[in-house]
Amino acid sequence: MSKSVLMKGNEVLAEAAIRAGCTHYFGYPITPQNEIPAYMSKEMPKRGGCFLQAESEIAAINMVFGASGAGARVMTSSSSPGLSLKQEGISYLAGAELPCVVVNMMRGGPGLGGIAGSQADYFQATRGGGNGDYRTIVLAPGNVQEIADLTVQAFDLADKYRMVVMILGDGYLGQMSEPVILPEPDVKPVPKPWAVSGAKGREPNKVMSLRLTPDDYLEKHNIHLQELYKKVEGEVTQSEAYMTDDADYLIVSYGTSSRIARKAVKMLRNEGVKVGLFRPVTLWPFPMKELHDLSKKVKKVLTVEMSAGQMLEDVNIAVNGVTEVDFLGKLGGALPEANEIVKIVKSYG
Amino acid sequence: MSEELIYTRPESLRERKTHYCPGCGHGIVHKLLAEVMDELGIREETIIIAPVGCSVLIYDYINADGIEAAHGRAPAVATGVKRVHPDKIVISYQGDGDLLAIGTGETIHAANRGENISVIFVNNAIYGMTGGQMAPTTMSDQITKTTPYGRNVQDVGYPIRACEMLNTLAAPVYIERTSIHDVKNIRKTKKAIKKALQNQMDGKGYSFVEVLSTCPTNWGVAPVKAAKWVETAMVPYYPLGVFREEKETV
Repeated sequence: MSKSVLMKGNEVLAEAAIRAGCTHYFGYPITPQNEIPAYMSKEMPKRGGCFLQAESEIAAINMVFGASGAGARVMTSSSSPGLSLKQEGISYLAGAELPCVVVNMMRGGPGLGGIAGSQADYFQATRGGGNGDYRTIVLAPGNVQEIADLTVQAFDLADKYRMVVMILGDGYLGQMSEPVILPEPDVKPVPKPWAVSGAKGREPNKVMSLRLTPDDYLEKHNIHLQELYKKVEGEVTQSEAYMTDDADYLIVSYGTSSRIARKAVKMLRNEGVKVGLFRPVTLWPFPMKELHDLSKKVKKVLTVEMSAGQMLEDVNIAVNGVTEVDFLGKLGGALPEANEIVKIVKSYG
Repeated sequence: MSEELIYTRPESLRERKTHYCPGCGHGIVHKLLAEVMDELGIREETIIIAPVGCSVLIYDYINADGIEAAHGRAPAVATGVKRVHPDKIVISYQGDGDLLAIGTGETIHAANRGENISVIFVNNAIYGMTGGQMAPTTMSDQITKTTPYGRNVQDVGYPIRACEMLNTLAAPVYIERTSIHDVKNIRKTKKAIKKALQNQMDGKGYSFVEVLSTCPTNWGVAPVKAAKWVETAMVPYYPLGVFREEKETV
């Protein structure tokens, strides 16, 4: 068993990525994720990998496109405004079915916004900001240990499904230091016979997203993508239910806000209020069935997130009217307070 | 009577009809590239980056691995590929809108890093694929779909000279501008492409070949007249020749 070490979330993410077999990293500086490129620039040359600071977020995601198309395990990281710039590239990666890991340590927006953590890019992450009918798998760690574990998973999922996997954290989580047991994954290279590597003794490979002829080429490709996404919905969903067995009320929260919600649950339980926490770990696919089943057993659902109500839409889809859904949202980098959550839940009684 | 085979289609060129218009320069440049790939024996080592523009389907014509980039991002995609396969030959084949408008940043920075890639820049002074709009290399007073009164340089600026601009950077090892308006210059273009690929094989670094080319359809002239226009209108503004050549060190 490995020893636990105290490390910052962003650095843990970078170290876990290298351990997961990430050989190429392309990025561009933006707060609050700068520890990731800094760590990569220090470690990659020592460990046989490639770190390259790109001239822009757009160049970085397209370098990822090239490296992924060439068969490498590759990652880029950024924060909200930078992710906006990467959207075109993410759409192309999805169109060409190229696997990669994209990290968003969210900060407040719109525009340049602020540098404090936020959860206001939920729509962008789960609905996609690029053009076309595509999906990305979105993983939302709730603590530093989970950053390590989900980063390893992210690379495996990307290669398994040939999809973009996004790790959606936020500035608070990235900057937070916690004890962590670093993973020692058993990296097995995934064969990528579709990658470009020089057509030695085989027919040339083509990595592309343009599908003009025959007339139904693009339609068929989209049908294939939707079938893939359906399969992912059935196989990849993850969530955590905390103290929900006898709960009268259910708080739904993810990432940083779920930590505060968990504290509120403990405070409320000490006062005898039967409340539990449901924490989606995959935001796409969203754990619809799990939440629906739980919501049938409670009097009320309270969604807590650091946005104006983005995950709330998925919560409403999952609950589907079987119980009332309430909402607490914090804007522009503000954090919810446990006392505030306690007060709201107590008002239900 | 025995017949002697003196010419054949290069193995690096697929046997198929292209979508290029009559008199378009891409066909010539594709063929030169394929011949050079055969001569250097690198067909099975080559990865070609297809840009957005008329040559987006280049992987359907060049018989090698191909990867398609978003508009302007070919040098970034090439960088990603080359960093994974430093021993393979990576070619970024781009047009003027791609290389000098939407992708100017990627162009300059790939050159500035001295990426060990070969860039073939086909400059025909117009956007072909989208139907003939102004390019960054459109000539002063040239009429296009978006400069119906002629390119007014006071309003939209002067045509950009790519070779001269890149020649301000330290890293590139080879920068040359050629043309395909006649046989002599087509031969020179082939030599330049060969040198650019040889440099990459030798691990020398970034090579850039700009080829002045024709777009009879969007210029609205016959192919022969188009070739003449390259010679009389483009060459005086875009002088041909070697801008940068690595000195051989002994």
